[in-house]
Amino acid sequence: MARAACWVAGVLVAVFLLAPIFAIVPLSFSAGSFLFYPLPGLSLRWYRDFFGSDFWLPAVWNSLGIGLASAALATLLGTPAAFGLWRMKGRFRAVAMGIVLAPMVVPVIVVAVALLLAFGPIGLVATHAGMVIAHAALGAPFVVVTVLASLEAFDPVQLRAASACGAGPLRAFFRVCLPQIAPGVAAGAVFAFATSLDEVVVALFIAGPAQRTLPRQMFAGLNDTISLTTTAAAAMLVLLSVVLLAVVGWLQGRKKAGGG
Amino acid sequence: MRRASAALLTAPLLLFLLVTFVAPIAAFLWRGVTDTEVAPVLPRTAAALSAWDGRALPDEAAFAALVEDLRAARARDRQAGGGSIARAAARLNADKPGFRGLLPMTARRVEAPFDGAARAVLITISEEWGEVETWGAIARAAGPLSSFHALTALDLRQDAAGAIRAAPEDQSVFRAVLLRSLWISLLVTAACLLLAWPIAWLIATTRGAAGILLLAAVMLPFWISLVVRTAAWMVLLQREGVVNAALAATGIVDAPLPLMMNRFAVVLAMVHILLPFMVLPLVAAFRALDPRLPRAAASLGAPPWRVFLRVTLPLCLPGIGAGCLLVFIQALGFYVTPALLGGPNDQMLAWFVGFYATRSVNWGLAAALSILLLVAVGLCVALYGRLAGFRRLGAA
Repeated sequence: MARAACWVAGVLVAVFLLAPIFAIVPLSFSAGSFLFYPLPGLSLRWYRDFFGSDFWLPAVWNSLGIGLASAALATLLGTPAAFGLWRMKGRFRAVAMGIVLAPMVVPVIVVAVALLLAFGPIGLVATHAGMVIAHAALGAPFVVVTVLASLEAFDPVQLRAASACGAGPLRAFFRVCLPQIAPGVAAGAVFAFATSLDEVVVALFIAGPAQRTLPRQMFAGLNDTISLTTTAAAAMLVLLSVVLLAVVGWLQGRKKAGGG
Repeated sequence: MRRASAALLTAPLLLFLLVTFVAPIAAFLWRGVTDTEVAPVLPRTAAALSAWDGRALPDEAAFAALVEDLRAARARDRQAGGGSIARAAARLNADKPGFRGLLPMTARRVEAPFDGAARAVLITISEEWGEVETWGAIARAAGPLSSFHALTALDLRQDAAGAIRAAPEDQSVFRAVLLRSLWISLLVTAACLLLAWPIAWLIATTRGAAGILLLAAVMLPFWISLVVRTAAWMVLLQREGVVNAALAATGIVDAPLPLMMNRFAVVLAMVHILLPFMVLPLVAAFRALDPRLPRAAASLGAPPWRVFLRVTLPLCLPGIGAGCLLVFIQALGFYVTPALLGGPNDQMLAWFVGFYATRSVNWGLAAALSILLLVAVGLCVALYGRLAGFRRLGAA
């Protein structure tokens, strides 16, 4: 009895979670130009509009470019840092961990306004470099946390074995440790990329006209009357998120298979 | 040696974050407790007022210093083309309305040399120079350290004599904004807990495809961009949106309902966006719960409500607390969703930080409001640390 009530409530909550997304995606295939059902017919005109637009198309390249560059930077900095934190103990580790995780908890509006103020005098506002740096700072904690989690399954005795066999610490890391934690590193990179892809507040404050990303343009599009091209953009971001979710799922499956 | 190499590996990221994250935020927040716009423009006046007690008008020296400062600043502005008087006037205007016009006007009028006491001349130019609080505003803005922005963020004012009292009614907004932010966050957290409980319980206790499907229903929105989910709610709730069209088609309502630009829409969308952050810790807590314990309590004769209150709930409390704080912390800092779905009375602290930083260029107040926001978040993080333990957070 209680279990049945639980199922009813649970399914209703699942519907609540999915309904808005499933409501917006079909609208983007509408042949008409209004935002409700029933659709007057199906067409790809809003997607043609999207890919032919000076408003949206540059934003796609900006989002992908800034996302990839910031994910690469975050992974390059975050992976060795996670390895270092894993070997560390005591107070220094706690302080370092606090700094590394801070971008996850500090409200992003504070980061955005602070960066606007700091980047202004050094000419990083309205540049791609500024956006990449800001997004890398926001994405790095996700890399560190993910890599640390995959290091939990790594037996440090292997490093001692490697050094007994004559491998230096660098060689031991690259030949013994990195191959085993690679799925975790890749998952961290995907998390960092997704962070950049989702991020809108920093983009609102420090991006110039040449750096406008997809979420930033969506925000602008939502402030006006919402066009169906905006729903096409939303549908494409949904697709991208599903792909990223699938990639992370696949990587985590690999980690489980390889980590045993 | 090992310790050194570990520190060396962590150093690049720490350095990067110190330069691109910690230092900019610290420099920004510093503006909330300092004042730098007025002292460079009125250095002699600031010095003359430093020993002033604020009970009566300052002496002739302060008036003369102001005249001298304004002449120097006007000459400098004309030469360099900078608007330093205007910047100082804007800052003073935030304290005492009227200064935006008063200071440039006075600067123009005292430029030509005059005979007699500066005091008499200034009071002839404007009676405001005969008010103690006009001078109090300059003294408060003289810096370098200043409590003005922090007090403003709490709807407080300090008068020339140093007494702190409530700000005038029409300028008291920030306490209401803080309370509103806390209230919306609390509401969202409570709603998330209520909605997350059944689905988390099912995910934790159901084997097979049904459990995986429910988990997917939580994970999919979790991954989708916040702006997209806010957009989805706008499409659903707007005047000519999906919900209103459906309601009109079924004849339930005649006129479209105002579902957007109100508190309801903000809370609804925020619950939708933050719900996964509640479900996932609850699932972890329920999975860690030994199912034999509630069963043992039931077999000993405890009714279901008692099993829940005395066994299940206490065992899950750390997970519940972690989920609640995770949702609450994020809700406090929300910017995009209230900006798009809410009306003017639904904006939270974050919106005002952005407003004062860009549209009204009052960095001091933006910083003071940020400090308020960070203190609230910091308290929650500390609580989270005690509940969940930072070691687990790091390993999660």
